[in-house]
Amino acid sequence: MQTQTNTTLLIIGGGPGGYVAAIRAGQLGIPTVLVEGEALGGTCLNIGCIPSKALIHLAGRFHEAQALAGGDSPLGIEAPPPTLDLARGIAWKDGIVKRLTSGVGALLKKHKITVVQGWARIVDGKTVDVELKAAKGARSDGQRIRCEHLLLATGSEPVALPFMPFGGPVISSTEALSPAALPKRLAVVGAGYIGLELGTVYRKLGVEVDVIEARERILPAYDAELSKPVAASLKALGVRTHVATQLLGLSEDGKGVRVQGKDGHERTLAADRVLVAVGRRPRSRGFGLSALMLDTDGAAVRVDSQCRTSMRNVWAIGDLTGEPMLAHRAMAQGEMVAELIAGHTRRFMPAAIPAVCFTDPEIVTAGLSPQQAAEAGVDAIEASFPFAANGRAMTLESSEGFVRVVARRDNHLILGWQAVGRGVSELSTAFSQSLEMAACLEDVAGTIHAHPTLGEAVQEAALRALGRALHI
Amino acid sequence: MGIFVIKMPDIGEGIAEVELVEWHVAVGDAVVEDQVLADVMTDKATVEVPSPVHGKVVALGGRVGDVMAVGSELIRLEVEGEGNVGAEGAAAAPVRAGAAAGASPRAAAAPARAGGVPAEDVSAEDVPAEGVRAKDASAERAPAEDEPGEDESSAEGAAPASKTGGAPAREAAPESRPAASPARAAPAAAPAARGASPAMRTPSRPEGQKPLASPAVRRRAWDLGITLQYVPGSGPAGRITHGDLDAWLARDRNDTSNRTTATLYESHSDETQVPVIGLRRKIAQKMQESKRRIPHFTYVEEIDVTELEALRQTLNRKHAEGRGKLTLLPFIARAMVLALREYPQINARYDDEAGVVTQYGAVHLGVAAQTPAGLMVPVLRHAETLDLWSCAAEVTRLAEAARSGKAARDELAGSTITVTSLGALGGIVSTPVINHPEVAIVGVNRVVERPVFVEGRVTARKLMNLSSSFDHRVVDGMHAAEFIQCIRRHLECPVLLFVE
Repeated sequence: MQTQTNTTLLIIGGGPGGYVAAIRAGQLGIPTVLVEGEALGGTCLNIGCIPSKALIHLAGRFHEAQALAGGDSPLGIEAPPPTLDLARGIAWKDGIVKRLTSGVGALLKKHKITVVQGWARIVDGKTVDVELKAAKGARSDGQRIRCEHLLLATGSEPVALPFMPFGGPVISSTEALSPAALPKRLAVVGAGYIGLELGTVYRKLGVEVDVIEARERILPAYDAELSKPVAASLKALGVRTHVATQLLGLSEDGKGVRVQGKDGHERTLAADRVLVAVGRRPRSRGFGLSALMLDTDGAAVRVDSQCRTSMRNVWAIGDLTGEPMLAHRAMAQGEMVAELIAGHTRRFMPAAIPAVCFTDPEIVTAGLSPQQAAEAGVDAIEASFPFAANGRAMTLESSEGFVRVVARRDNHLILGWQAVGRGVSELSTAFSQSLEMAACLEDVAGTIHAHPTLGEAVQEAALRALGRALHI
Repeated sequence: MGIFVIKMPDIGEGIAEVELVEWHVAVGDAVVEDQVLADVMTDKATVEVPSPVHGKVVALGGRVGDVMAVGSELIRLEVEGEGNVGAEGAAAAPVRAGAAAGASPRAAAAPARAGGVPAEDVSAEDVPAEGVRAKDASAERAPAEDEPGEDESSAEGAAPASKTGGAPAREAAPESRPAASPARAAPAAAPAARGASPAMRTPSRPEGQKPLASPAVRRRAWDLGITLQYVPGSGPAGRITHGDLDAWLARDRNDTSNRTTATLYESHSDETQVPVIGLRRKIAQKMQESKRRIPHFTYVEEIDVTELEALRQTLNRKHAEGRGKLTLLPFIARAMVLALREYPQINARYDDEAGVVTQYGAVHLGVAAQTPAGLMVPVLRHAETLDLWSCAAEVTRLAEAARSGKAARDELAGSTITVTSLGALGGIVSTPVINHPEVAIVGVNRVVERPVFVEGRVTARKLMNLSSSFDHRVVDGMHAAEFIQCIRRHLECPVLLFVE
């Protein structure tokens, strides 16, 4: 028999958007039910941000050890060639994921959120049926949940190529993060951040990697100056990148992919596994969303600056609402929606949503690039400071890359930051804070930055924009 | 000695305003640490605000009943040592405050504007000239700003100085009215200080630029219901600070600040929120229901009550002692009883959901009565059975019962038509609201003596209007008019009232 529950807020999806919304709602005393079909934490914690960063770390350590074994380390360290117990490495990664997801469960429990394990199906804007996840073999009954507010936080899923669907040798990022064994040769379709992060991991673990990108250069979402050090590093690692190259499909024998270069010449790249990383699409199917007939932008649910959909008291956050598909955006939106439901006045209008690409070297962007500023019609100045002139970067053997600042010419308000270099992901904090606080170049230039750190390049970039850089 | 300002504390999640319900101290009182200064109330709780310091009360930031913003200045204490405002300002104050206060307030405001902030969007809001109390001026800068403080604090220096009659502001403005000028000089100094403070002298908001504010300021603006787009920013690049929000709030509270003429009359900005509960809520619901459901029309007719008044006075002269004094109401009630015999559709209740009008043989006359708690309508049961004196006695008894809250339930329900009379306050015309689900209400206006043509000669007659409303769904205009004309005939020829 179907049981029925009533609640104020019902959240579909326990990813970063959904679980943060639930925690904040709990803090605000809103009775909340969260429905999740799989593990709490969503893509981010289970098959995205976190496990990929774990593997990047693992591959990085292995690669370093290998470099030392080469015998030509300028540091004078020599070590025997390393070996890899892949299963143990993956278990280590899974351990981190498990710790984090059970942590989310504990937080939800602490805030008295009812977590319903099962798959939701929307009946109408205030009613959701849940097909409960039953213990093996047990006959499970459904549950009907009625709510005042429905929050959709179903996230996104990897886009499949219609002529080369997932299955067999063709895998998505999900499978690439939990390999039982390493392939000999991996073809990566798509040179965006997911393809390059994972391609680099596999390459560092000794796999032959080909990256196929239809556009003119790798990381087409970033400007060429930022992607250049990454391209150089990929080359040094031995990753073969094929830009302006069309993928035609799997080869007849299934042991490679057929591609066509700019010259029209068709050839086959040998590969025993193919990672398709051509993007992610909002997960808007499979749970009865169409019943609500919400306004959409393509596959994404259209929302306003308060994450309201076209139906009253139906809200949507995170990847489901389209680009930029970033966990921290979903979290901020989730927090906001909970506060709105509690009666506060809020709007989602951040000065910037930072984005990090964990390639080697890393790329960080926050706010406007010089080109975006120009497109917006702002008279802007820009300045960069290279890590080659930063002492700390040298001591880390990573003096490639730079920090760049973009600011208004008239009042020096900082509009954006970009950086590329090893370890620059942590600079995103400084970038976002300066943008949210509406800092001017003088503010950053006048802040004492600790020496010796990579962060000094942030101050120096601001100084350089003001025409008074000290160390270049 | 320094000045220590205590701001209205943030009492809890999401509360932007609190009501000041009691002062435990007055200006001049000495207070010790932890002594309770004031009680403030939110819709959830009353909270005591203790003093964190020893000191002497210099100024109170509001009056009991004021609804004050969280973060606005609650009280100003004089303390040993430095205090938390004004200390840095002391050095810078004389120059700027003097400059600002030196001329008359208007003159002071003008250079402040010209010298400081060239952009025109600042002008109107940022010159709080007349009518702004020193309180508001100081509240403007209450949250400490992080910028190097001389410019900011100069105005703070000026405000307490003027309040306590201190030297710089007062002496610099001897030609102005002593009471008003220091208070005005202080706000005038504020924009001057603010305008001068930004490191870069750029327009406060370049065209096409979104309002700049830190996340905390944005959040507070949302909580206060302020649209940042309209708030001038005093920080670098036009950044909006907490101080700017305070200034905006202070401006908002005093919409007189744009006025250019001086006035002797004090400005009042207090609000009192009265919960609509109990009888008041009942009345609100009934009135809303009546106006929502019933398409009213009101018909006004003039009645010559000269003869009726003569009769009433005769009867009162003769029987007032024995039987009690008569007002016009018993006569009107009698006229209504007689008229309703001919127009039974008006002595009715309309159940519009069931689609049935119930007409009554009995006249249960509702008599609107003002009680201390609000409007009540006690019911004169079987008015058709009552003679003038028993009617008068019953009305008096019911009104008294209603006023004292002793009326029984059935004395307050079941009326079939209602009469409402304010006697001497009756005005010349009213538009009464029908006592739903009845279909008519008769309103009695004031009796006035007027010159009237009678058979070609002007004579003094006593006239009174009846303003009556009807439910047009079930009462046609013609029947309503005939009903009122029937009442008029009875009242103008009072002998008819006594013919069965």
